[in-house]
Amino acid sequence: MSIGEFVQENKPLGWNRPPHIEPDGEGELLEVAMGPHHPSTHGVFRMDLALDGERVIRLKPVFGYLHRNHEKLGEGHSYLASMPFTDRLDYMCSLTNNWAYALAVEKLAGQEVPERAEYIRLILAELTRIQNHASSIGFLLQEMGASGTPLMYAFREREKILDLFESLTGSRMMCNYMRFGGCRVDVSQDWVKSAKKVVASLPKFVDEFENLLGGNEILMARTQGMGILKPDLAVNAGISGPMLRATGVGYDIRKVDRYGIYDRFNFRVPLGAVGDIYDRYSVRMLEMRESLKMLEQALNEIPAGPIMDAKAKIRGFRPKPGEAYGRIEAPKGELGFYLISDGSPNPYRYRVRPPSLINLTVLEDMCLGHNVADVVLIFGSVDIVLGEVDR
Amino acid sequence: MKTAEEIKAAIEAGVPGAEVEIVPNPSPSGQHSLRVAPSHAFAVAQFLHDDPEIALDYLSNATGVDWLDKEVSEKVKATRTVTKLVDGVEQSVEETVEETVKRAIPGYLETVYHFFSIQKKYGPVILRMRTENRTDQVELPSLTPIYRSAEFQEREIFDLYGIVFTGHPDLRRLLMWDEFKDHPMRRDYVSPEDFEYEPTPHDEVLVRAQAQRAKEMAAATVQADGAAVRQEGSAQ
Repeated sequence: MSIGEFVQENKPLGWNRPPHIEPDGEGELLEVAMGPHHPSTHGVFRMDLALDGERVIRLKPVFGYLHRNHEKLGEGHSYLASMPFTDRLDYMCSLTNNWAYALAVEKLAGQEVPERAEYIRLILAELTRIQNHASSIGFLLQEMGASGTPLMYAFREREKILDLFESLTGSRMMCNYMRFGGCRVDVSQDWVKSAKKVVASLPKFVDEFENLLGGNEILMARTQGMGILKPDLAVNAGISGPMLRATGVGYDIRKVDRYGIYDRFNFRVPLGAVGDIYDRYSVRMLEMRESLKMLEQALNEIPAGPIMDAKAKIRGFRPKPGEAYGRIEAPKGELGFYLISDGSPNPYRYRVRPPSLINLTVLEDMCLGHNVADVVLIFGSVDIVLGEVDR
Repeated sequence: MKTAEEIKAAIEAGVPGAEVEIVPNPSPSGQHSLRVAPSHAFAVAQFLHDDPEIALDYLSNATGVDWLDKEVSEKVKATRTVTKLVDGVEQSVEETVEETVKRAIPGYLETVYHFFSIQKKYGPVILRMRTENRTDQVELPSLTPIYRSAEFQEREIFDLYGIVFTGHPDLRRLLMWDEFKDHPMRRDYVSPEDFEYEPTPHDEVLVRAQAQRAKEMAAATVQADGAAVRQEGSAQ
């Protein structure tokens, strides 16, 4: 089996359940409700732990503290009116959410996207990926006890990217930028110039970030061999994104589906070998470099032309009855939208396939047997945003 | 890459007795789906997962859809025998009449699974299952023993749609709290009255809030009375 390939073996039923761990100490088990207001749980996530001393015997995640029934809201609004709601799913990466939703609706209605709009979408998605990965690594290190420095380095660069978003879309985080069949506003020459400047400055930051963290003894001691996820379980549990690739499975939707114009770009898919926290960290680090390569190419190649399909309808948009599932490689993993149209202005069914929620399926498997202090790190390496987990 | 027809044929050859029906999708996406009978759904999923040619190893998305009862009016041609006066003589003549017939389609809940293959790099293959009705016969087989990724998603469907998955190892509500009674994603769900906002004296809200408060007060007095009675009882 070469690297990046995955071969399925038929296993008996029940192999994919979390292992049963016997407490070895005498004494009683301690139940700890970690969250929903624990500082390391990225918002309002709660896990109920059963501890034998420091060792985790059982872990049950509890969701729903940020639930607002996003899908019901989607059914009650027109297709376009749901676009701003998608910003609030994974609020770190609103532009990739926009893209996934726009892609699903374009599949449903059979719309085309002009070339320039595809370039803009790709540029924004890759910028989003860089800022997401940088801050996710920053948060991970913050939880490891590296108070301040890595997170502030990451946020310093994120700020530059958010400034770009703001000057283009008018908002730093809730961008609401993409439309069915194109984008909302065109990029100016000045914007491309300043984006090139930011992109040119980012490799230095990635180098610096890597120098700061890469060889650090504490980081290696606490992440290597910790929270290992095996490739067969990862595929079976629907894990996607950097977490799947850290296990060594070469599955990147940008390569597989080739949505948008990703087939014009030459980029590599970084893979891990062990599937531990360190691999997830390294995969994210390397993905930032690949994104930078793509950004450089895209910003130089971006063609002139319209940004909206001339046939696209903004008002009175009613797709024909039918259904479509569209998915993209969001920074967190596979973000999919499943839409059913009954011919009315509102979708009959509006479903979000949240990568953050499904990546948490194996949290228990990864944490069992580890110390409670390591649970924080394993959880941090999954990279979730509660807006998307609870929807 | 396999089409829905090829997969249907493979299932019928591989799982004896399985009823598979292709659900065409008229939208430009062209993602046709396969509807399987719940009785064989688990075996079908196992076959799709294990077959080395199909190798659908990745369950990406599992979700529910609620289809309400609906009434369809169709135009049906019916032949009737009518007595008519033909040339002054009464005769029974057969006549074709177009009638509008109303047909009620009972509602049902549906689960939709989107599969992909990581080995063969194709997809989505879409599998659907229907419940008998929307009220009491809402059991469907769980695919979680085969695909772990269905674990949280089926819990979510159970929570929001009320489909009960038999064979799920840990079927609890996922997003709503355990004491919650209803299933909010159903099409006919009505959200409860919410009096948390400040009522203004200028609209009907005040009236409704007062009615609600009176109702609560009445319930509280009944409770207090009951408590008093119980206390008396225990004193004796």
